[in-house]
Amino acid sequence: MKIDPGNLRRLLGVVLLVAVLALLGLWLAGWTRFLLTVALGESLAVIGVALLMRAGLVSFGQGLFSAVGAYAVAYGMRLWGIHEALLLLAVAVAASTLLAVAIGPLICRYRQIFFAMISLAFSMVLYSILLKFNTATGGSDGMEVTAATVLGYHAAAKALAGVYYYLTLACFGVALFATAAYYASPAGYLARAVRDNEIRLEYLGASVSRETFRAYIFAAALTGLSGGLFALAVGHVSPTLAYWTKSGEFLFAALLGGTSSPIAPVVGTVVFESLNSYLSAYLPNVWQMALGAIMLAIILLMPRGLWSLYERFSARHAA
Amino acid sequence: MTAILVDGVVYASWIFLVSVGLTLVFGVLRILNIAHGSLYAVGAYTGAWLVVRYFQPGMPLALSFALLLAGALIAGLVLGPLIERLLLRFTYGRDEVMQLLVTYALFLILGDLTKLIWGVNPYYAYAPYSMLGNVSIGNVPYPRYDLVLIGLAATVGIGLWLMTNRTRFGRLMTAVIGDREISTALGINVPLVCTVAFTIGTVLAALGGAFTAPTISVVPGIDVTVIVLSFAVVVIGGLGSLEGAALGSLIVGIARAIAVHRFPDLDLVTIYVVMVIVLIFRPQGLFGRAEVKRL
Amino acid sequence: MERQCFMTFRRVIMAALAATAMASATLVPSSPAAAQTQPQELKIGIVTFLSGAAASPFGIPARNGAEILLESINKGSLPAPYEKKGFGGVKVVPVFMDEASGPDPISAYRRLASSVDFVIGYISSEHCLSVAPAAEEEQKLTVLFDCGTPRIFEDNSYRYVFRTTATAAVDNIAAARYVYSRYPNLKTVSGINQNYAWGQDSWKDFSSAIKSLDSKVKIDAAQFPAIFAGSYSSQISTLLAADPDVIHSSFWGGDAEGLLIQGAPLGLFSRSHVVLTAGEPILHRQGIASLMPSGVVLGARGPHGPLAPENKLDAWFSKAYADRYNTEPAYPSYHMAQAVLGLKAAYEKAQAASHSEHPTTAQVIAAFTHLSFETPSGTITMALGKGHQAVEPAAYGVTKVENGKVTLTDVKRYPVECVNPPEGIKAEDWIARHFPGAKNCPK
Repeated sequence: MKIDPGNLRRLLGVVLLVAVLALLGLWLAGWTRFLLTVALGESLAVIGVALLMRAGLVSFGQGLFSAVGAYAVAYGMRLWGIHEALLLLAVAVAASTLLAVAIGPLICRYRQIFFAMISLAFSMVLYSILLKFNTATGGSDGMEVTAATVLGYHAAAKALAGVYYYLTLACFGVALFATAAYYASPAGYLARAVRDNEIRLEYLGASVSRETFRAYIFAAALTGLSGGLFALAVGHVSPTLAYWTKSGEFLFAALLGGTSSPIAPVVGTVVFESLNSYLSAYLPNVWQMALGAIMLAIILLMPRGLWSLYERFSARHAA
Repeated sequence: MTAILVDGVVYASWIFLVSVGLTLVFGVLRILNIAHGSLYAVGAYTGAWLVVRYFQPGMPLALSFALLLAGALIAGLVLGPLIERLLLRFTYGRDEVMQLLVTYALFLILGDLTKLIWGVNPYYAYAPYSMLGNVSIGNVPYPRYDLVLIGLAATVGIGLWLMTNRTRFGRLMTAVIGDREISTALGINVPLVCTVAFTIGTVLAALGGAFTAPTISVVPGIDVTVIVLSFAVVVIGGLGSLEGAALGSLIVGIARAIAVHRFPDLDLVTIYVVMVIVLIFRPQGLFGRAEVKRL
Repeated sequence: MERQCFMTFRRVIMAALAATAMASATLVPSSPAAAQTQPQELKIGIVTFLSGAAASPFGIPARNGAEILLESINKGSLPAPYEKKGFGGVKVVPVFMDEASGPDPISAYRRLASSVDFVIGYISSEHCLSVAPAAEEEQKLTVLFDCGTPRIFEDNSYRYVFRTTATAAVDNIAAARYVYSRYPNLKTVSGINQNYAWGQDSWKDFSSAIKSLDSKVKIDAAQFPAIFAGSYSSQISTLLAADPDVIHSSFWGGDAEGLLIQGAPLGLFSRSHVVLTAGEPILHRQGIASLMPSGVVLGARGPHGPLAPENKLDAWFSKAYADRYNTEPAYPSYHMAQAVLGLKAAYEKAQAASHSEHPTTAQVIAAFTHLSFETPSGTITMALGKGHQAVEPAAYGVTKVENGKVTLTDVKRYPVECVNPPEGIKAEDWIARHFPGAKNCPK
């Protein structure tokens, strides 16, 4: 089998990044590592949103899939007695992918603000269903997700957060590499072309609907995984995952980081989550205002996201 | 049956008042304003604050309405131009997502700003609501204030229609909606049209808030619910369409009334289900225009 | 060629490093302050809503309650049995946090837990349910003070988690008993509750308790408007048309006030007997209390505020609170007092048992388990959930408007055994099985 040198390079980059983060995990204090666990898990949903944005699809309801992923983990535990984290995550990815396959053909016909609105509507339908059928879903109080084993290893309560950090990191690495490989693949380029000019793409013989559908499913799978990781790390799932403000946060983080590289949304998420955490701790009365103002400054001054800082920097040094 | 119709129309009027500004702003500026609910909240606070501050028992009822109206105008006329000139102006022609998120940031900022100005304690401005008393329709009492809302919604709707179709500014606005570049080439002061249109939208949001204030306890958090409701209504009707917002409100109002009377458990789900169904069959909404694909 | 390869490789490394740097720049690790307790003071994290819709009715009164109690505790100005300064001589310092803090409740909880000795907090049941397992992981003694869901100790048992207030099931069982004995000719019951767990559970407990007391009472379809819906006119007209004898509502905060504003002029509160299980805070709201008509059954989620029994602690608490904040304390302030005083009592008991000024968390937990302690609302006992969940008596009264002032009359008190399920039985089952073991219920 011939290995694409580009993919080898990307694999190397991802391994390096994961290695650095793994070392970071040893050094960080408990709660900051937990924050990073949540942020890295969430970054997969944000990568999904960025991936859709790259194909011209603005999802304002990506929370639909993270809620499906999270509840899949909760139900997997409660109904089928699965207690292996990797299996539970597989269930989460499968559930969200299936849902995407079911509603994708319908949703992918839409563009821009209409895509945003119909995705919003779908996630709000799920939100109200989760709220309404409380005997099956736990309603707004949500459901508990107890400690799972990882590859059969049952961690003690105190060590669980650490184990989940490395689990999340591993999933993060795999997902990041898959996204990087997709971006560089013909399908990835075609998806990007959808955003630039659909009609020209069709003239070239490619199918717009196939490419958007593919992007949609990939994003849903990533987001489902993200929801599953969140459920495990936090130990609790609730309908707020499907509420529109959550999807708004994903979109925000994606734009904050940028969409040009698969890493960009990760940077966006970590910065967003940290801002959220530190601002609410140090400015308890005006933290949302401060968050909004900082966001505003970043999007207006750096419309291509924080990652454009690095790109500018590396372009100057490559020259 | 009458009850469903009456309740439906009352709710439709309220939700039309609250959401019509959103559709107007989208029509002209092509921006879906997430901060619309915050502007509604600011209107509610300003109106309630004025009534609490200046209205005493024994004063004529008309004064309380004047105060509510003044609240809406003050809130809208201050915030509208400010937001459009200092913020939105920089986003014209930029990516749609970016515009969406600029208004999202604005929503966060305005939320805390209202809290800083008015605190977290509720404001009560129910004097106009309770002073008006009730009417009986088919044995069930209804507050007269609801009739005021119906009248106000009708006035706003007809006024906007007349403005769009019968005035010079309306024609300018229609031109800008149709094609911004050609309008500029024709010598239309597009930035001014945008400022005025956004300000009208803001006044309408604040008006919705101010006239809701007498029926509720004005507290933090009233902004979030209104955003999704307004989104649903204008998306159902067709973004940017006045007639659409009216019809969307009516559909949502009646659907909700049916749910409340017949299936009270499903009240919550109704609006989103209606939204999904309409979007599946008419993606651009009932009155929306299909987008032209870029070449 | 080789050079180019090297260049690309260098760029990959640079990109990876840049990403890590950008990501970790904001994640400065804090010093692990959690481990070593400073001998001079105890830090207590206090979590209530300081923003959003629940701040004004719950979060701020609770925060104020904590503030005044902890200050007075440090001064040693509380009546017996809490006259000792601080927690057994150790100064206590509150660290306040907004329950709505980002990015999510658990990250925020863990951040707080890393820098304090104990945590008291949580109004939202969703937050209580998700914080409890995190408290076990962090091994941080956490006192839940206000949330109502029975699920916490019915579905699980926790070592580090305590709840010093009774569950919401108790409020609704007592409401059913009150209504049932007050209106002997009761035929139909309906309700209007918010469409989320609090409202759904409250209605379920209330309606099944009524059914359990008298199976002949007809339970109408209840209204479930969305939380913060604002406008209830459709629901009110439906209820008016149905004309039930009793209307049950667990509305709180702005929603409860909105229901009063919209319902009172239409006669909703005079046509039917309305029960507001969480209605007591309205009485302390200038500007709206005057709307409250006579004849509304009001609860305070326990014997709090105007329903509190007469004792020295309550006399001190309500006076100190009113002097400082210009308003009477509402029930969330009382719930906070229960949590703070419970923790103080447990800490001092642990001091005595361990002969040390600084008992370990394990010793405090041992002292807290099955503890009975005095509060402004009477004696609280940690009887359920293996000694981690409080049982409380209940009280209800009816509003009476006289000279523009609203008071509660016909107050009935329900002793613990009458309204709390015994250990091992879920509230839901206890109701369904007609309250086995209930005794001393007032007629």
